[in-house]
Amino acid sequence: MLYWLQRNLPKIVISPSFAVIIWFVYGFVLWTFYVSFTKSKMLPRYEFWGIDQHFRLWSNPRWFNAVENLLIFTILFVLVCLLIGIILSILLDQKIRTEGFLRTIYLYPMALSFIVTGTAWKWILNPTMGLEKLLNDWGFTEFTFDWLVNRDMSIYTIVIAAVWQSSGFVMALFLAGLRSIDDEIVKAAKIDGASLYSIYLTIILPMMRPVFMSSIVILLHISIKSYDLVVALTAGGPGISSDMPAVFMTQMAFHRSEIGLASASAVMMFLTVLAIIVPYLYSELRRQDANS
Amino acid sequence: MLVKLEKLIIGFIFAFSTVSTAMAGGEAEVLHWWTSGGEAKALQVLKDDFAKKGGTWKDMPVAGGGGDAANVTLKSRIVAGDPPTASQIKGPTIQEYDEEGVVAPYHIHAVAKAENWDSLLSSQVSNHMKCDGFTKYCAAPVNIHRIDWFWANKKVLDSHGLKMPTSWDEFNAAASKLQSAGIIPFAHGGQPWQDATVFEAVLLGIGGNEFYHKAIVELDMNALSGPTMVKVFDQMRKLQGFTDKGMPGRDWNVATAMVMNGKAAFQIMGDWAKGEFSNAGLKPGVDYYCLPTPSDHGYLYNVDSFIFYGMKGKSKIDGQKALASSIMGKNFQKIFNIYKGSIPARLDVPMDEFDMCAKGSASDLKYSAMTGGLLPSFAHGMALRNAQKGAMQDVITEHFNSNMSSHEAARRLADAIQASL
Repeated sequence: MLYWLQRNLPKIVISPSFAVIIWFVYGFVLWTFYVSFTKSKMLPRYEFWGIDQHFRLWSNPRWFNAVENLLIFTILFVLVCLLIGIILSILLDQKIRTEGFLRTIYLYPMALSFIVTGTAWKWILNPTMGLEKLLNDWGFTEFTFDWLVNRDMSIYTIVIAAVWQSSGFVMALFLAGLRSIDDEIVKAAKIDGASLYSIYLTIILPMMRPVFMSSIVILLHISIKSYDLVVALTAGGPGISSDMPAVFMTQMAFHRSEIGLASASAVMMFLTVLAIIVPYLYSELRRQDANS
Repeated sequence: MLVKLEKLIIGFIFAFSTVSTAMAGGEAEVLHWWTSGGEAKALQVLKDDFAKKGGTWKDMPVAGGGGDAANVTLKSRIVAGDPPTASQIKGPTIQEYDEEGVVAPYHIHAVAKAENWDSLLSSQVSNHMKCDGFTKYCAAPVNIHRIDWFWANKKVLDSHGLKMPTSWDEFNAAASKLQSAGIIPFAHGGQPWQDATVFEAVLLGIGGNEFYHKAIVELDMNALSGPTMVKVFDQMRKLQGFTDKGMPGRDWNVATAMVMNGKAAFQIMGDWAKGEFSNAGLKPGVDYYCLPTPSDHGYLYNVDSFIFYGMKGKSKIDGQKALASSIMGKNFQKIFNIYKGSIPARLDVPMDEFDMCAKGSASDLKYSAMTGGLLPSFAHGMALRNAQKGAMQDVITEHFNSNMSSHEAARRLADAIQASL
């Protein structure tokens, strides 16, 4: 008996949380799929209706706008975060004296929630009380920075705030990666006469493939889920110019009595995540298997 | 931390020892979002009244977001088959819930009949409270907010020799004059619901009562895309020109503060704006004006109400009946509305303790009810179901925050409504 318990204890301990995850994550994913094929309005209804909600979704101009914004946001957010994170980590890696202090400064934004980030940037970017007003009061009366209230530019303010928050985190990941690289390799390359620039570009960064992978996966899922930052910073405005799929979904589900339509949009978001992440994980994991 | 832990433990003990503590008057679990100062005080009156009838009040406040959070909680409770006794739901959403089958069998209808609510309420208001094809009472009204108000700084207007405008042309002229004098003519917060609030006031003024009914209540496609609607959007564009740069995303009370401190001259907002003025110690008619926006004796109303869901168990049903009767009580309707800034839904409540704005609102209401100008506000969820309201709001806010032409906006308005039906 004791022996049996000893052998099966891990399974017993893990099984409740396993059951909970099966039900509350995968169960509800399936539930949402099903609801997106029903006529649900204010409350979920379960009679099958067909694929009409998906047609309604893809003929809704607001949804297209949200998807376009998501694309702009994701591409810029991931690229700029990686770029800034890598540059910062390389600069910090030069064995400078105040590294610990600087690292903390760049990493601190990560400790804030997106709501706080959004609210702070809302004030900073507001033309009548933030940056623009400050510079105008200092005498630069020509200075304008009204992206927050400009419908063509508002989505970029979300990118700015998100990059500010997340690039420090990418920096930390890359710094850890850089530290794990064997000094001997760098020394050998130096003896061969390689410049510092080409050492980083052709030797070190390619070696950091796993770090790229974890950063990209983390950044991608932040960007597809992005809801709180949009709500706090622009609330999807001006108009609906900075709307995002997650905002669209909550709006439809809880404000518009369109639970069916909201489920259809949730399904689309889910499929997007699958379409991006699964091939990436697959190829990366296979490569690791091959290496080991 | 320890206090919270203690509460948690006590909570568990209570949860596992649910001895029914219901008293003679029944029990009521009330889901609401009236948690801030004046509103909480106002609600206390209801709790006291209900307790006098022998009821047990189980408070279920869900604060935040003008009811957004509460709506999420409410829906999950209903889906789980355990709706609260009553909750703060208004407008056609009441009938929407009824169609989901969670409101029948209308326990409070008997109370309404016995107390003769039909004679206490104007017919427009009482219709909103009825389910089952507008035949049986299933909700009780607490107040009437007027939406189409102009709030204006009297000193600013006086110092530029201006009076309150009585037509939109007069308003445009006054606003241009103020703008060239360096004052922001129109204080506005660019949030979709505020854009819609302004839009419906403009629509009522420029289109007239009948047009409002056709376009907003009946959703007549010709009215929605026709030449009158184009004129309405033209006026919206003019109003946009009278706002300042900080408009997008601004909260309504910040805009009200701009009127109070003389930075701006006018604001269009429901009568909850009055609370901001009175908190700052300002007097209507002396420091500020509260007059309806120009229209042909139109009156856009927003009636807050409590819906009563279908219940099982005598004590819960008794609780619903007692609560419905308390809500319609004269005492509650008077005191609640003095705190809240609105006017009583009951027509026979004496108005002498109310302020000037509320008195004006009450007498306008009676006049408009007779002349056909008493119309439901769409921006505050009284005229349309959520899907249509949202579709309309999208177009209005898109137009107001861009340089879309008025023709284009009117066309899109009709298209969006068509797609949402």
